[in-house]
Amino acid sequence: MTKAIAVTGLHKSFGRTHALDGLDLTVEEGEVHGFLGPNGAGKSTTIRILLGLLRADTGAARLLGGDPWHDAVALHRRLAYVPGDVELWPGLTGGEAIDLLVRLRGGADRRRRDELIERFDLDPAKKGRAYSKGNRQKVAIVAALASDAELLLLDEPTAGLDPLMEVVFQDVVLEAKAAGRTVLLSSHVLAQVEKLADRVSIIRHGRTVQSGSLSELRHLTRTTVEAETDRPVTGLDRLPGVHSVEIIDSGAGAGNRVRFTVDGGRLGAAVDRLAACGVRGLTSHPPTLEELMLRHYGDELAANGHGAPALHEDAR
Amino acid sequence: MSAAAAAGTPTVTRTPAAAGALAGTRALLRFALRRDRVRLPVWILALFLGTLSAAGKFTSLYADPQARDSLTDTMASPAGLAMTGPRHYLDDYTFGAMLGHQMLGFLAVLVGLMNVLVVTRHTRDEEETGRAELVRSAVVGRHAQLAAALWVAVVADLALALLLAAGLGATDLAPGGVTGPLLYGLAHAAVGLVFAGVAAVTTQITAHTRAASGTALAVIGLAYALRAAGDAGGHDGLSWLSPIGWAQRSYPYVDDRWWPLLLCVALAVLCAGTGFVLSTRRDVGAGLRAARPGRRTASGALLGPLGLALRLHRPLLAGFGAGLFLMGAMYGSVLGEADGMLKDIDQVQEALRRIGGTSPAESFASMIMVILAVVASVYVVTAALRPLAEEHAGRAEPLLATGLSRVRWAGGHLAVALGGGTALLLLGGLGIGITGAASAGDPGLVLSLTGAALAYAPALWVTAGIAAVLFGRLPRAARAAWTVPVYAFVTGYLGQLLGFPGWTNDLSPFGHVPRLPAAPVDGTPLTVLTLVAAALVLVGLDGFRRRDLETK
Repeated sequence: MTKAIAVTGLHKSFGRTHALDGLDLTVEEGEVHGFLGPNGAGKSTTIRILLGLLRADTGAARLLGGDPWHDAVALHRRLAYVPGDVELWPGLTGGEAIDLLVRLRGGADRRRRDELIERFDLDPAKKGRAYSKGNRQKVAIVAALASDAELLLLDEPTAGLDPLMEVVFQDVVLEAKAAGRTVLLSSHVLAQVEKLADRVSIIRHGRTVQSGSLSELRHLTRTTVEAETDRPVTGLDRLPGVHSVEIIDSGAGAGNRVRFTVDGGRLGAAVDRLAACGVRGLTSHPPTLEELMLRHYGDELAANGHGAPALHEDAR
Repeated sequence: MSAAAAAGTPTVTRTPAAAGALAGTRALLRFALRRDRVRLPVWILALFLGTLSAAGKFTSLYADPQARDSLTDTMASPAGLAMTGPRHYLDDYTFGAMLGHQMLGFLAVLVGLMNVLVVTRHTRDEEETGRAELVRSAVVGRHAQLAAALWVAVVADLALALLLAAGLGATDLAPGGVTGPLLYGLAHAAVGLVFAGVAAVTTQITAHTRAASGTALAVIGLAYALRAAGDAGGHDGLSWLSPIGWAQRSYPYVDDRWWPLLLCVALAVLCAGTGFVLSTRRDVGAGLRAARPGRRTASGALLGPLGLALRLHRPLLAGFGAGLFLMGAMYGSVLGEADGMLKDIDQVQEALRRIGGTSPAESFASMIMVILAVVASVYVVTAALRPLAEEHAGRAEPLLATGLSRVRWAGGHLAVALGGGTALLLLGGLGIGITGAASAGDPGLVLSLTGAALAYAPALWVTAGIAAVLFGRLPRAARAAWTVPVYAFVTGYLGQLLGFPGWTNDLSPFGHVPRLPAAPVDGTPLTVLTLVAAALVLVGLDGFRRRDLETK
């Protein structure tokens, strides 16, 4: 497989602010790649460099086999972009803005444009100044998806969309993926990325902190287990890889309940220990992206007074 | 009260419905005045000082009875009357009569503009941005915002009126009289209130500030046009349809009539009342007239960088085009009388002698060309800096992420700036040419004056080029491009009047244009200017190609 996006060691400063500090990002052709990070991590800056709107200070970036700065126009004919904060021309209607963007990208299928407008429940006859944020976002999404672009660069595309429209958006992205198109989806809506992405890159302070498929990343994290047993469970905390063992007191006669987290690969020993105590009920769930993120930004949260111990409570 | 408390009724103060609808007006008025604490004083002072300087000019330029007679003759022409006011002022053209005749109609438009902007700013703009919702959720009555906005207008108008009365009373315009200055000042306030009332109505009709103020400004324009047509053609009935005509017919310093101002006040009250009534028939944030749906699909003309740029520049270009044509027409209409009008003004005579030309009319026309070109250059700078404004608004980003190259995108805007500026010169030149030919009785002037205006095109292109270089290379300093029109005005117009040294003029691109029709045609500077402009545009575009996009 060739790479749709290959970025290594990207640096970009604005005055004294280091927006990117050695960022790496690899997106394979045909995959949906989640690009995760808190606000100000450098997601938009990276995408703008990939679009040739900004020029990187140092580092290498290749997009669809070309140089994003020098081959900008040629590359743009093969991609579509949805900015996170869509601004429209106050005097142009949504329909006019869509046609303009689509035409400048090289034209599109009229039927698909109209179908998308319908699916997103957008009124194309309204002037740009009359649209709400969510509707402006829809204009950009329709314009991007109405074209035959090989690569979709979506920068927090669903900010301002209602949950119903988010479902429509997910369907549309999955259809694009089925059609063999590559998607870079920047977001901090984790549930969305979990549903759509094959692989994710987590960035922070302009640097990639983790990258891989969701299953690879999960492997690195702990599974949460909750069990009810006949007899009180003992000796769990002595097992390697088991953390945060908690005995839950649910009142007289309710049995013995325990909750803990366990590193990937150590689950077997822990379950054996539970079985020895007579398992009545067992639930376990893989870590959510929330937990992945919290592991990487835990120190920030702790500094803000949200201690890491709360994590396990929230993680249910 | 104790009885009410004993009966267990809530201790909420009950107010009559009308007072409830106005609850909070006082607080909103104070808040609005605080928001406008710089804006309004600047408006009022500018109008006041403008009037004072005009009054000063009258007393110094027309001290000589002969000069006054010549001015009276000029003003008695239809063109003169259209630009000023009713003929009755000319019967005895004292300094006070000159002020009422020449300044009142013109100032009425500006005072109207101030009132319209004040009222829309504190009503429709608040609603459109959604701030009104926050305010209205507090203990604020239904009518409080409009009432407060109208009070701001009243305060501003009365302040201007009293300032004018005091300031003019202290000059030697009409010694001894108190009524004249007071009536002159209050005429401004009266006409201002009419247009505040008009704005109170238009803000109810549409949901957008620009449409609301635009409609009100159109009413001002109509009022001015009615009185201009009425006064020029001697059809008094037409002028009586216009509130500006009413204010002029109070004849301050001449007849000192008060009752036309009462007409203004009555109309203002009627309009404001209509505004209040209409406001109860609509929702907060909405207009009476539902927003008209636009096109669902784009027309073919829009779908390119040039088409988009034209579409975005169209309103401004149309406004400047109409303005320049009218300006040219205004100056052209007095061209025939230029000889008589100018011969007694020593400063102007001196300046015209420097310019050359076979007649004062020709020299006068050459001077007007500079003004037209400077006004056109204001448009050119705005248009050439438009791509930067689009960039800052975040609207360049989605476009430049398509197959549209930076050079074509910015080039579209610059092409409109260059072509639009040239079209403006053409319109201004045609305006002065057509009316000039009519007033001087020389059909050949249509072509020669239009050509004279177009000679400034290369200088406009250089102006656009300078803006393009700043946009491409130094976007943070782009506003420096405004120095070009300002400098051109100071050296090209004031400098000629006041006799600045020649090199000051050479620093401005406009200083190198041959002053047609007075000076002979000389192609060399025009060619050089065109080449310089082309080089500047290329350097600017190349810079833009290399720099980071300014993002939000």
